[in-house]
Amino acid sequence: MSALQPGFADPVLDAQASFRAVLEAMSRPGRIIAITTPAPAPAPLNTAAAAVLLTLADAETPVCSDAGDAVAGWLGFHAGCPFTPAPDRARFVLATGAAPALTVLDAGTEEEPQTSATLIVQVEALAAGEGWRLTGPGIESEHRLRVYGLPEDFLSQWQAQRARFPRGVDVVLCAGDRLAALPRSVTIEEG
Amino acid sequence: MEAGYNFAYLDEATKRMIRRAILKAVAIPGHQIPFGAREMPLPYGWGTGGIQVTASIIGPADTLKVIDQGADDTTNAISIRRFFARVADVATTERTEDASIIQTRHRIPEAPLREDQILVYQVPMPEPLFRLEPRIAETKRMHALADYGLMHTKLYEDIARLGRIGTAYNYPVMVNERYLMSPSPIPAFDNPKMDRMPALQLFGAGREKRIYAVPPYTPVRSLDFEDHPFRAIRAPHACTLCNSTASYLDEVVTDDQGGRVYVCSDTDFCRTEQERAA
Amino acid sequence: MYVAVKGGEAAIDAAHAWLADARRGDAAVPELTTAQIEQQMTLAVDRVMAEGSCYDRGLAALALKQARGDGIEAAFLLRAYRTTLTRFGHAAPLDTAAMGITRRISATYKELPGGQVLGPTFDYTHRLLDFALAAEGVTRDAVPERAADEAAIPRVSELLAREGLMQREEAAEAEPSDLTREPLAFPADRSARLQNLARGDEGFLLGLGYSTQRGYGNAHPFVGEIRQGGVMVEFTPPELGFAIEIGEIDVTECQMVNQFHGSLTEPPQFTRGYGLVFGSGERKAMAMALVDRALRAAELGEDITAPAQDAEFVLYHSDNVEATGFVEHLKLPHYVDFQSELENIRAMRRNAV
Repeated sequence: MSALQPGFADPVLDAQASFRAVLEAMSRPGRIIAITTPAPAPAPLNTAAAAVLLTLADAETPVCSDAGDAVAGWLGFHAGCPFTPAPDRARFVLATGAAPALTVLDAGTEEEPQTSATLIVQVEALAAGEGWRLTGPGIESEHRLRVYGLPEDFLSQWQAQRARFPRGVDVVLCAGDRLAALPRSVTIEEG
Repeated sequence: MEAGYNFAYLDEATKRMIRRAILKAVAIPGHQIPFGAREMPLPYGWGTGGIQVTASIIGPADTLKVIDQGADDTTNAISIRRFFARVADVATTERTEDASIIQTRHRIPEAPLREDQILVYQVPMPEPLFRLEPRIAETKRMHALADYGLMHTKLYEDIARLGRIGTAYNYPVMVNERYLMSPSPIPAFDNPKMDRMPALQLFGAGREKRIYAVPPYTPVRSLDFEDHPFRAIRAPHACTLCNSTASYLDEVVTDDQGGRVYVCSDTDFCRTEQERAA
Repeated sequence: MYVAVKGGEAAIDAAHAWLADARRGDAAVPELTTAQIEQQMTLAVDRVMAEGSCYDRGLAALALKQARGDGIEAAFLLRAYRTTLTRFGHAAPLDTAAMGITRRISATYKELPGGQVLGPTFDYTHRLLDFALAAEGVTRDAVPERAADEAAIPRVSELLAREGLMQREEAAEAEPSDLTREPLAFPADRSARLQNLARGDEGFLLGLGYSTQRGYGNAHPFVGEIRQGGVMVEFTPPELGFAIEIGEIDVTECQMVNQFHGSLTEPPQFTRGYGLVFGSGERKAMAMALVDRALRAAELGEDITAPAQDAEFVLYHSDNVEATGFVEHLKLPHYVDFQSELENIRAMRRNAV
């Protein structure tokens, strides 16, 4: 086995900076935010997804990952998170390949919608100012976002999920060192 | 920085737990998220929820402002500001425009907040229905069903009995037309500032162990009736110091002969107004 | 001309200096050491450990000294310290049958295996102020030696259970709740309730327990057994996979035996109310056992009619650190809210006229 890659250079302050990036993304759906404190994650994990998981996952949060043993070993060591093969039992679901259907993930309950999963999807690219039209909390009038590399039926999945609010899965889209978030409250329309 | 404690006092596992709660709170605007609030070195009821939220978001690049009753120099605001200067070594300010994080008890600053600012509220009772239904298990069910008839009935009874809604602070709001939310005990005067505010608003209730949020630009509507629209009340006077007729005023008793003056509760706003006039 | 008063910062510093001076008292009187508090104010130390939810006699003594003897303030200090410690996991259930007994009494049997041991109790002292204690240098009477009991002393509840008369409670497989990690949720399971009560305010639980004896809740309690003494704490580190002893603590355990008429699924039998606290805390352990049994009303199919049976009411109000914070926060400034109320009331009065 090759030597384990290190995690955040400064576990305290880098996690804080990454958290603020994710918080900004979640607060302003569709806005693209760059991670400024990258950790050298093993392939196929990209910088943004690595930062999100290092910042948020730990022993309390089962992770379901399709990223293979090297990533699991790295995350397990630095975040201390347990892994589960069952996507419906995971608090964080990491998709480096094809994103799973939203309906197979834990959407929480009507009384406790916050127990739902957060889906972290690695996508090919994110572009602002074009593509989907996003409206809802966090957005002054509308945000435009184009995502390259999501399943073709993602939009119809999203619309089906919107009908279940407050239940639902929150999504973080990660491309390279950049990320954008889709909290369950956002409405997405074809651009 | 204080030796022997982590940056911003909380250990990293606690911060992660609170950060996860904050993100879910942002994703479900107005919904109260239970969290494992820690015992802080300040008493419950004195801002421990706001302090835990601030401690979980704050970093070296931030500038912190702390207000209580709108003022930076009230003793509890000083105590909290000192706490963060001690455990996080962050820059602090009394100027609203210079702050990236503003922790507040009972007021929203008069100056409009910007996108690059976060407002953290200290919340004593996060449940807006608690006077009508003290059982948390029951109010959880009501929120799940968006069943807020109890609150409408209460406000309507106020009108029937008093001729107006009897709530002057902690005036209940609907967030994004889904969740009924306590704005914390801010005067109703401040409620309209919450509506579609460009800044992120985070709420922390330490003793009750709840976190909730209003994302930027989210509609926040104070409950009212068509024939009894919501009214923001302030004392009908001008500030003695800066002459503002728009700001929220504190009434200061100057003698025992009925002497009173009115001054801005937002001390930074008042100073800015005075500087502008000078 | 009105000038706003400034100087909150200086006022806080002055208050802290004054507090330190008041804590010390008359400099002509020797300063208390924490060792003296730990050795001679043992029950105060025990209560601070119990309500502070942290077993450390030295730190509890320090907290008492720093808090000028205020038990709730001391518990708060200890809690705020405790919360900064890393949590490694949870210990194995204490085996109180293997306790090194310093006191053990049963009200349900005159004679029983292991006998009755009064121990260092106030019970049969006449409450007459002992002025000899006010004089310094009191000589100590020799304490009669007690033969060390090597054999474990069986618990009274076990004697009843063997006969099928006491409801058996199965060990739960699930990890016990930890209120310091996860907030209360309802219905709260027994482990969450017991943890809450064990940390709860003694006075609050005493009043509630007392109320169950006066008809508020249908209690018919007997003290099956109270025992005090040292028990080993065992912990299984995940990397070892087997239990190791990490220390010994003193605890007080109370098992109340209560009548139960039976239900469709359960025959008539006795049921248990359980109390366990750090140190010597007999009053608290007994009150806790009464309240624990009252809180089992729902699971035993009994009518919930009294405050002590109302889990939300009891569990949300038992914590004195939370309670004192919220009660005392009323002295913080509320003039912004009060101003709103003033304007509102003035407007209503104008309308009324």
